[in-house]
Amino acid sequence: MCDTCGCSTEGGAMLRKPGESDYHVHIGDEGHSHEHGHDHGHEGHHHDHQAGRSRKIEVEQDVLLKNNLLAERNRGYFEARNILALNFLSSPGSGKTSLLEKIIPLLRLKHPVAVIEGDQQTTNDADRIHALGVPVIQINTGTGCHLDALMINRAFKELDLQNDSLLCIENVGNLVCPAMFDLGEACKVVVISVTEGDDKPLKYPNMFHEADVCVLNKTDLLDYVDFDPVQCRKNALLINHHLEWFEVSAKTGEGLELLTQWLENRMELP
Amino acid sequence: MHEMSIAISIVDAVCETARKDGALSVSRIELVIGRLAGIQVESLRFCFSAAAKGTLAEDAVLAVEEPEARGECGDCGSMFPVSFFYAECPFCRSLKIRIVSGEEFIIQSIIIEEGE
Repeated sequence: MCDTCGCSTEGGAMLRKPGESDYHVHIGDEGHSHEHGHDHGHEGHHHDHQAGRSRKIEVEQDVLLKNNLLAERNRGYFEARNILALNFLSSPGSGKTSLLEKIIPLLRLKHPVAVIEGDQQTTNDADRIHALGVPVIQINTGTGCHLDALMINRAFKELDLQNDSLLCIENVGNLVCPAMFDLGEACKVVVISVTEGDDKPLKYPNMFHEADVCVLNKTDLLDYVDFDPVQCRKNALLINHHLEWFEVSAKTGEGLELLTQWLENRMELP
Repeated sequence: MHEMSIAISIVDAVCETARKDGALSVSRIELVIGRLAGIQVESLRFCFSAAAKGTLAEDAVLAVEEPEARGECGDCGSMFPVSFFYAECPFCRSLKIRIVSGEEFIIQSIIIEEGE
């Protein structure tokens, strides 16, 4: 149940804003209804396929069609307004929010930046981004394990997005599920940290296969862990030959200049 | 557990088609799930039974075809089956492999039950 308005949205996604405790918008899963066409008990109704009663319909439809169509609408909106949308993905704790906290002040020197934060619960991440003074909205997915195109569509309408700007979307910390859901972004940026294993790209290949950019974070800890960045890069490039690779430390700032430069160049592409 | 939201997408799409065709119920759903689609078929079956409860697809059988994935060598152009995103060309040993199929995830067809 929603703790703000009391309505029943067990596990449903919700939009929230930092510093506005009354603000919340439920994102419904319209269309999933459990009405039944007829009230048939199972007695005497054996679904026996008698001639004329069963019929095959060729559907040939992508399972994720609805999400993909909406993602393309989002993409069209972003393109028309020259908004570069980036989808940041990683397992929990690899430093996505810390990375955003460090690159946003650099990026906003040239372009306006807005952020959509995704987490199951809390506005903690949105609060951290809010402190930077950029527009941010939090999506709480409830029990959901990923953001989808509908959530993004609802969320960016609540943000005052400017033309020629950058939209950073921080997905739910999860290296599996978010790989499948197109949000309408221009780039998927996968973040891993040196406190994880260097075989992560091999263990979670779908994510690395889908990504455009890979950022290895927490390089300041390399002296303390058994992590081989060369091997990790090699593993990532085996899965995806077109992956752009960056090594950074959000803590010390090392490597961030190259990453922001690359993102700025992406902005300036026609 | 993205299989749950995917199961809901399948039930929604199937029920919409079935309703338009005036079906009383759906008895069979044929899916094509490529080996590299990132879907755990057993997990999907489990979620499907929960997602379909109380809908036209409640009693539907899920028939799943899992075609093998195929890669194309970027150097010699040969085509061959692959089991992973990372593969070596069996002909020229190149690692420049492009995945050409195996990521598909499609509702192929459904069988609906109509009135007498």
